[in-house]
Amino acid sequence: MHLPGGPTRNTKKNPAELNLTEPAPVRWFLTAIALAFLALFLFVPLAAVFVQALEKGTEAYLAAIAEPDAFAAVRLTLIAAAVSVPLNLVFGVAASWAIAKFDFPGKSLLITLIDIPFSVSPVISGLIFVLLFGLQGWFGEWLSANSIKIVFAVPGIILATVFVTFPFVARELIPLMQSQGRDEEEAALVLGAGGLKSFLRVTLPNIKWGVLYGVILCNARAMGEFGAVSVVSGHIRGATNTIPLHVEILYNEYNFTAAFAVASLLALLALVTLAVKSLAEWKVRQQISAE
Amino acid sequence: MSIQIQNITKRFNGFQALSNVDITVPSGELVALLGPSGSGKTTLLRIIAGLDFADQGSILFNGEEATHRSAKERQVGFVFQHYALFRHMNVFDNVAFGLQVKPRRARPSKAEIRDKVHELLQLVQLEQLARRYPAQLSGGQRQRVALARALAVEPQVLLLDEPFGALDAKVRQELRRWLRKLHDEIHVTSVFVTHDQEEALEVADRIVVMNEGRVEQTGTPEEVYDKPANPFVFNFLGNVNLFHGRVHEGAARIADIGIDLPRQGEADGTAVVAYVRPYDIEINRTRQGADEIEASVLHIQGAGSVARFKLERLDTREIIEAELTRERYRELGLRTGEKVFVKPRNVRVFTADYQI
Repeated sequence: MHLPGGPTRNTKKNPAELNLTEPAPVRWFLTAIALAFLALFLFVPLAAVFVQALEKGTEAYLAAIAEPDAFAAVRLTLIAAAVSVPLNLVFGVAASWAIAKFDFPGKSLLITLIDIPFSVSPVISGLIFVLLFGLQGWFGEWLSANSIKIVFAVPGIILATVFVTFPFVARELIPLMQSQGRDEEEAALVLGAGGLKSFLRVTLPNIKWGVLYGVILCNARAMGEFGAVSVVSGHIRGATNTIPLHVEILYNEYNFTAAFAVASLLALLALVTLAVKSLAEWKVRQQISAE
Repeated sequence: MSIQIQNITKRFNGFQALSNVDITVPSGELVALLGPSGSGKTTLLRIIAGLDFADQGSILFNGEEATHRSAKERQVGFVFQHYALFRHMNVFDNVAFGLQVKPRRARPSKAEIRDKVHELLQLVQLEQLARRYPAQLSGGQRQRVALARALAVEPQVLLLDEPFGALDAKVRQELRRWLRKLHDEIHVTSVFVTHDQEEALEVADRIVVMNEGRVEQTGTPEEVYDKPANPFVFNFLGNVNLFHGRVHEGAARIADIGIDLPRQGEADGTAVVAYVRPYDIEINRTRQGADEIEASVLHIQGAGSVARFKLERLDTREIIEAELTRERYRELGLRTGEKVFVKPRNVRVFTADYQI
């Protein structure tokens, strides 16, 4: 069967197009401003973290990280992330699947609810849990009677982290899944695939890079969260301190080298996040442009 | 497998998409649902497929109640308007999907699936593109992949939603001839939705003309084209000239022409509209009889298989479109601005109470 090819592209430059480009000095000037701004507000602080951390040599740096309290903070941060990221992954995928692919009453309410952690200050989020589960809180009496500790303990930190990072995966996936529409799922259904098969074989492969992107953002926030966690933590050294809280304590004790050494861990995490994120972004873009 | 659509009604948020639709699709036929956008044809197709469910009425497959069967259970092939190919799968995997998701005991072996897919790709002439992804295919190729994918599960019914809508004119024409040929080979009961009357007339065994959620007429292409049941069908299938007139002494009077009414007993003065196809307009240089309308030639388009005339009535200034054979056009030798006498043939009169 004969199928006509696309239109031949006119490679000759249109003189009117050339006028759209600014003269070279203007371009250099604008680029320089952007770069200077980035240097001042991003690269210099990032470099400063590492310079300060290594100021007293590698040994002091490693000692600060290996110190038991610092180690406990890293452990707690990893635990909080390890619980909240999978939880929010499952929730985010489920919520965006429901929102993008089905119609049900209360759909816009659900979208609004997902956004709440974004619109509420993290400190307020922390306070909510203190009000609910603190000694004077609604469930405080019952909890202490059954000797369950939530606030000023690990469960509180995990709860606060889950709450704050709750929108990341869903917010990433909803627009992506909405733009992809329901056609492919309907096609799978007509071809005899049930809901689960259609989800695993059609929906999930289509959103995998979006999922990864959401997980990265969610993880970065889970590890870096300060405000909400600070309120519920109680700052018990070696027990309820996460990395950001530990950095603050060290800094307030004028132990700058140790503070920056621990902070450099978060900075490293940020760099890794950035790298994986740009890869995922690139893949998502590729996917969208392939349509 | 035959399909019976009985008394189907569907509303969307207060919008009446379908009202009391009754259609029977005999086994092995290729049926077109033809209508303007918003006429409910796609909704009806989705209800047949089980992708939407009717508020009222029932769907029978081979006389068996299927109204509440899910899309998964209906075993129909559906070709989506925008193909809905799985974008992360290559052509082979797209076509194989329906076989691969079958429950284990019903699933063919890998080798059987491979043979089946290659057989289908051969049928749609895409064997050499099996490893390509949908994004790397042209519109016509995607359409054929979608068709092969739908046929892979050996459906009893094939449903196609605007199958050629998104393609350019030349590919569209080739593909619709090809679809007709394919249907003659495999004889699966097929229903396709289109808003293109030419497409429906060329491809279908039977046409269902729809408008505003109702069926206006059902019949073979010849029936709906030559004997339109009402002004809507007349208008929708091809160009048409309208002549307004009134009932006078039991006959319709259009200008000075008297035409018998389709039914008796219309009161004098009732408004009527006469419908005449452009090729049923006869043009003469001189008056041949009393029942002719005077007009002047506004425009002539002489190139093509027929000569197209645009005429202006001298009495009402209304435009009449006419088509003449090339011989007649040469014989008359008309120029723009000349005065002619127009005689409509095969006039269909409808009383004006029928809104279009």
